[in-house]
Amino acid sequence: MSTETAPSPRTTVAEDVPAASRRRLAMSSLVDNLRDYGLVLALIVIMLFFQYTTGGTLFKPVNLSNLVQQNSFIIVMALGMLLVIVAGHIDLSVGSVAGFIGALAAMMMVIWPLGIFSNPLVVSIICLAVGGLIGGAQGYWIAYHRIPSFIVTLAGMLIFRGWCQALLGGGSSVGPLPDDFKALSSGFLPDYVGSLELIPPTVNAAGKTIIGSGLTLHMTTLIIGIVGVAAYVLLGLRARRSRVRHGHEAEPLALFAGKTVVIGLLALFLVYQFATYKGVPIVLLVMAVLIGVFVFLTKQTTIGRRVYAMGGNVKAAQLSGIKTDRLTLLVFVNMGVLSALGGLIIAARLGQAVPAAGLGSELDVIAAVFIGGASAMGGVGQVAGSVVGGFIMGVMNNGMSIMGVNVDWQQVVKGLVLLGAVVFDVYNKNKG
Amino acid sequence: MTTAILEMRGITKTFPGVKALSNVNLTVEEGEIHAVVGENGAGKSTLMKVLSGVYPSGDYEGQIVFRGQECHFRGIHDSERMGIVIIHQELALVPMLSITENIFLGNEHARHGIIDWNANETRTRELLKQVGLSEDPRTLITNIGVGKQQLVEIAKALSKEVKLLILDEPTASLSEKDSQALLDLLLGFKRQGLTSILISHKLNEVHRVADHVTIIRDGQTIETLGKGEISEDRIITSMVGRPLEDRFPPRDPKIGEVVFEVKDWSVYHPIHAERQVIKGISMNVRRGEVVGIAGLMGAGRTEFAMSLFGRSYGRRITGEVRLNGKPVDISSVGKAVDRGIAYVTEDRKTYGLNLIDHIKHNITLANLGGVSRAGVIDDLREIDVANDYRGRTNIRSSSVYQKTGNLSGGNQQKVVLSKWLFANPEVLILDEPTRGIDVGAKYEIYTIIARLAAEGKAIVVISSEMPELLGVSDRIYVMNEGLLVGEMAARDASQEKIMRAIVRGEGIAS
Repeated sequence: MSTETAPSPRTTVAEDVPAASRRRLAMSSLVDNLRDYGLVLALIVIMLFFQYTTGGTLFKPVNLSNLVQQNSFIIVMALGMLLVIVAGHIDLSVGSVAGFIGALAAMMMVIWPLGIFSNPLVVSIICLAVGGLIGGAQGYWIAYHRIPSFIVTLAGMLIFRGWCQALLGGGSSVGPLPDDFKALSSGFLPDYVGSLELIPPTVNAAGKTIIGSGLTLHMTTLIIGIVGVAAYVLLGLRARRSRVRHGHEAEPLALFAGKTVVIGLLALFLVYQFATYKGVPIVLLVMAVLIGVFVFLTKQTTIGRRVYAMGGNVKAAQLSGIKTDRLTLLVFVNMGVLSALGGLIIAARLGQAVPAAGLGSELDVIAAVFIGGASAMGGVGQVAGSVVGGFIMGVMNNGMSIMGVNVDWQQVVKGLVLLGAVVFDVYNKNKG
Repeated sequence: MTTAILEMRGITKTFPGVKALSNVNLTVEEGEIHAVVGENGAGKSTLMKVLSGVYPSGDYEGQIVFRGQECHFRGIHDSERMGIVIIHQELALVPMLSITENIFLGNEHARHGIIDWNANETRTRELLKQVGLSEDPRTLITNIGVGKQQLVEIAKALSKEVKLLILDEPTASLSEKDSQALLDLLLGFKRQGLTSILISHKLNEVHRVADHVTIIRDGQTIETLGKGEISEDRIITSMVGRPLEDRFPPRDPKIGEVVFEVKDWSVYHPIHAERQVIKGISMNVRRGEVVGIAGLMGAGRTEFAMSLFGRSYGRRITGEVRLNGKPVDISSVGKAVDRGIAYVTEDRKTYGLNLIDHIKHNITLANLGGVSRAGVIDDLREIDVANDYRGRTNIRSSSVYQKTGNLSGGNQQKVVLSKWLFANPEVLILDEPTRGIDVGAKYEIYTIIARLAAEGKAIVVISSEMPELLGVSDRIYVMNEGLLVGEMAARDASQEKIMRAIVRGEGIAS
């Protein structure tokens, strides 16, 4: 044991943990993680439910692609919102900022004579930077002048929705946007490897192939998917083994194996479904990379740790040498950039900028984070939870739309799910 | 003859995996003051929660008989209706409401839901008179001090026709004078026939007012002592389960050169800009030395320490700080930590810990650089560090993954200490390091202090408990109203000498 630096005889106390308490630890790790597993299970149950009620439409490759394309902007913004909420704040302006940035992008690409600067890539980079500035402008008042984030971002919500509409010249929409730009949302990864035709498509009497018949696999997607899942399993195994080797507590093997198998199989199934259609949507790749980055940021970096500490007890964080003002500002800059990305994704999907783009989406984003288990008091919340929360919202939107549920009632159901998830959380916490 | 007003028989309460109370018996006689003492985590609070119905009937085993009647409380309302009122250590008052509004909160004199404020105020005046508090009933709670707030809590209890008053650590945050007044009040109530249970760590208080003392250790009743048998030594022995010859660990101070030096330090109040809180203080600490700072509540000791530590308190701060003879810039907490200065707060829950996070994350928070490379945390190294410090400071927990909010006060204090030890400071300022923690844990904290001094650190201890200061320090500064009014070697010092310095109250030449 690593006690070489401790001269005191008292060091032995920490090690005399009997087997019974070790078992108790295993139990408590199960209880601690129950919520996370429960959330994934809830998502699966909801998916199976809609798979059944929509007569098998939900899992159709074309619908899965739609689902991702419709909801990716919610999840992208939820990544930023998670940090905001963990830091003990809220951002109500994200929907308006997304709308404003979409309008800005459209004006730059379609209306304003900017020459080289109307190139979709250049425009996107400028827009992300503007999003960061907007986040910084709001964060400045919150961090350095102690104005409650609720109020600052409520103001931001009004201001940027107004600017969005003003930019677009009243109520009109601006488009069409260039195809290169639209690819961000509606494009698919090109098949660099070449497709694999397992069953040739049926040809009809007129000599045309029947769409949807036969089975052709998008090999690039399949390879990326399999490599990704393999990496997930191997990294998990390696981390676990190194913990055990160092004599640290690790989650029980059965639990680890079960979790890895369920998530791995689910991922492989989805990859396969995408491979039988046009391959993986580009926006899904963007999202996956961002999710990876934010999981790493929150779990493994000092900056992530500091955000959690600040949300848990801001005074203790300050007295531990954490520059909480600057950190708050950064959290809002990050939120601004991700709102901007969300705005670009929305505009790319619609193919034009409309005055109502992103309207009300701040509520979906916030709901996703809270369904994902974040605490409104700050200091608690996980990226994975927020992503699953976002997908729960997305699957419900999509499933209910296919079922033909009225939009009004969709809202009622989503509201009830949000309330139910948080009640479940609070109940669990009080019981424990 | 006296009869028992309360009998708790064979109380057993189990939390998942932990037996918090095991067959505890407590008998309280009518009209007495009954003290319940025990180390933190011994089960006193749990026992009181069982009694007041926080843990409802059925959640525990055993019997509660109050005034001859077996009780099954399902909540605090049930026990209050029977006249059992508990005043928690953390006061449950609403700061922005008036004294009257707080006393009758949820219990207002009203007719058809319309409050009769005159009736409430009249009754409040009577109650305040009973507790000896001369304040306008319309004063907001936030505008009166902690001592007076405590009295308001007691007045609130009286308004509920209390038969049994339970006070959990009532004097923990009170000054010596306020504590005495509170104890006198309790004795007064006793003469009027009110029964109280007093939970306290301060054995001299217990000694002074209690008729019986019940000692609880590890969730079990150890013994109940009658008036004639109560002595501090006896209680301490029962509490820790071993005779405690010395309350302070032996030390062999090896004092070196001056490490930390403050010159002409002045600080103004953060809100009332014209009020000078710290008035030109100069002091120094040597290598391997423990320097105590004595003073009454409000002397400005905490303000002094926090203004030094990255200007965490006050405005218009002037003066010079030297470390190893060279002036240093410690104008932010980050800079202070980097230069090797640590400040362990007097209020660990508000300023010291992230209570919703576990031990490991709290220990490494002030020195994340020590467990990371290029901003990426090394998980395994962090666990090793946390386990190492958990062992060094003897934190009692199931693992380093236990939430600090669920630890007892003593163990929380050890987590805060661990955090700052891991930051590896040269100068360690400890503000009330043993406030609200039990005798056994105090000894452990003193041991840590002694060890750090032996390792050559310069240590400043701020404490309101004079015996503690005299026990741990090599040298003592005395502060009063923002001034340094005395300096003495600990071996020449005594409580009387310190008090004299405070009363005389002139600053010493700096």
